[in-house]
Amino acid sequence: MRLFIDYTLSGVSSGMIYAAVALGLVLIWRSTRILNFAQGGMAMITTYIASALLEHSVGYWAAFAVALLAGLALGAATERLLIRPVEGRSPVDAVIVAIGFLIFLEALAGAIWGASPRGFPAPFSQVDYLVGGRAIAFTPFDLFVVLAVLALMGVMLLLFRFTEVGLRMRASAFAPEVARLLGVRVNRMLTLGWALATMAGALAGLFVAPAVFLSPNYMDSILIYGFTAAIVGGLESPLGSLVGGLVIGLAISYVGGYLGSAFEGAGALGLLVVVLMVRPSGLFSRVQARRV
Amino acid sequence: MRAARRLGALLRWPSQPLLRHLAFAVLAGIACYGLSVSVSDFANSEIATVALFAVAIAGLSMLTGGTGQLSLGHGALMAVGAYAYAELELHNPHVPLSVGLLVAVGAAAVAGGVLGVAAARLRGPYLAGVTLALALVAPQLADHFFNSDQGIPVGLTPPASVESNHWLAWIALTCALVIFVLLANLRRSRFYRSFTAVRDDEIAASLAGISVARTQILAFVLSAACAGLAGALLAIADLGATSGLFPLTLSVQLVAGMVIGGIGSLVGAVWGAVLVVYIPIWLDDIVNSPSSTLAANLPQAVFGLLIVLVILLVPGGIQGALRRGITVARGRIARAGKPGRAPTTSPGAGDTVTEVASMDGG
Repeated sequence: MRLFIDYTLSGVSSGMIYAAVALGLVLIWRSTRILNFAQGGMAMITTYIASALLEHSVGYWAAFAVALLAGLALGAATERLLIRPVEGRSPVDAVIVAIGFLIFLEALAGAIWGASPRGFPAPFSQVDYLVGGRAIAFTPFDLFVVLAVLALMGVMLLLFRFTEVGLRMRASAFAPEVARLLGVRVNRMLTLGWALATMAGALAGLFVAPAVFLSPNYMDSILIYGFTAAIVGGLESPLGSLVGGLVIGLAISYVGGYLGSAFEGAGALGLLVVVLMVRPSGLFSRVQARRV
Repeated sequence: MRAARRLGALLRWPSQPLLRHLAFAVLAGIACYGLSVSVSDFANSEIATVALFAVAIAGLSMLTGGTGQLSLGHGALMAVGAYAYAELELHNPHVPLSVGLLVAVGAAAVAGGVLGVAAARLRGPYLAGVTLALALVAPQLADHFFNSDQGIPVGLTPPASVESNHWLAWIALTCALVIFVLLANLRRSRFYRSFTAVRDDEIAASLAGISVARTQILAFVLSAACAGLAGALLAIADLGATSGLFPLTLSVQLVAGMVIGGIGSLVGAVWGAVLVVYIPIWLDDIVNSPSSTLAANLPQAVFGLLIVLVILLVPGGIQGALRRGITVARGRIARAGKPGRAPTTSPGAGDTVTEVASMDGG
């Protein structure tokens, strides 16, 4: 029982990180029908930027902000330069471009910062809370992660529901032609979507790094977990990615805890395949017609 | 006169696809043998690597170019072939090489079939995600089940008079030629046409009586079988099946080779294999400081950049660009030959016809 509680707690905190990754994937999928497999690589780059700033004795919060801004810029640039040319082509082309970009970014990071893992600080203590005199697998940093991701989700929700920009973004995602006729600059909205999505990824990158060391491919498996979370949540709704993230976080925590960490990836893969076979459009989706 | 004509008929390039492909394979085999004996033993290990990459890339290219399914996990299928071969050899050291390779092909085909059943239900990006997950998970599982990262040793005993890498190259080249003849024939068959029918429009294909799911699974099995053979050859070349041989970057390298050579083209798979093997070697020579982090990461950076640039700028890859070049040249020659007609015919129409004709051959 004690173990179970610990696994549950660590599942919740890592689930929130997967939810942030899933949110990044969902934002892009909704507007451009592209799964951005380069997202992990982009988050890795922004986290390395933060790490480089920290080495030059910049404060944590300044580095944190710079990493998020770098995510915005990187996302916008990627959409403009790499994704727009393949828009309207076969979806396979966009996937190949994203994968090519991913390994390019990983090699770039390896060339600049070296392949050996480096530590990354957490802004809050990583010592377990004590409940009734015994340590539980939940730290102040975990609490911060949970709150930060919830805040991110809340801001996104407010943005989409209650602001004019959010309305424009939703319009260009769901009916680009009509939106264009109504005077929405659809292309600009797509760029903004990519920027916000990459920023969500960058946030996840900053939160993962203190637990595992920072290395060029440290986000690879996180991306897969985030992808699984997005699929479980249905790829369409930001709220779905939150639930999906929690489901995956808990599932992986239990699998890793009870079966051994070698099976974490396999567990995610199995869950992914099962969800795709049983409910290909996720747990929270309506029935969709396929266009002839 | 009649004798001369008969001789001419005999020497003419055969019109039956199978005969033509076999004749081509014999010529290519002779050329490869000539190349192999005229270069060093070390260069022969590079030739063997090119041959096994050509097999894997050709298999992947038939899948993506055929049914339009993109797999980012073919490195994992190569691992299946490699570990199957190594396990078999570990427990039965006297099994002939050909049997071992066939077992590797069979094991990978079964794995590909299982994956194909899942793949047949998944649209493009979903499939890419699942296979990407597989490529990441496979090395971890291999480590867990097969003697951690030490892996399983594989031996190769060449005949007494042959140097080991020469022998390896001959085996790999023979496998590659056999696979290429089979795939070249497949491309001219009803099966492959049903592949492309499924790729272009699943609903139209199923209305025409093609079972979409069965076709996609078949394509996956075929492609996985090629990957399994390549994986077994890689294990033989590296004297063991170890998880370090099959990282995610291997799968991406296969995609790179396919994209650079030209998706769906067999000749393109050869171009791709040559570049995938030799670009790192050339870069090493250029940078000339093996310990620096730049040198360690340069090949991967170049592959990533090439994938992106080729898709954005030359979507047909090398083979597509060559074909277009040949078509343009032919059109010029034809127009130069008939100056009176040139202005009246629309160049676009003529180009399309020649393009279709030349695509048949590639």
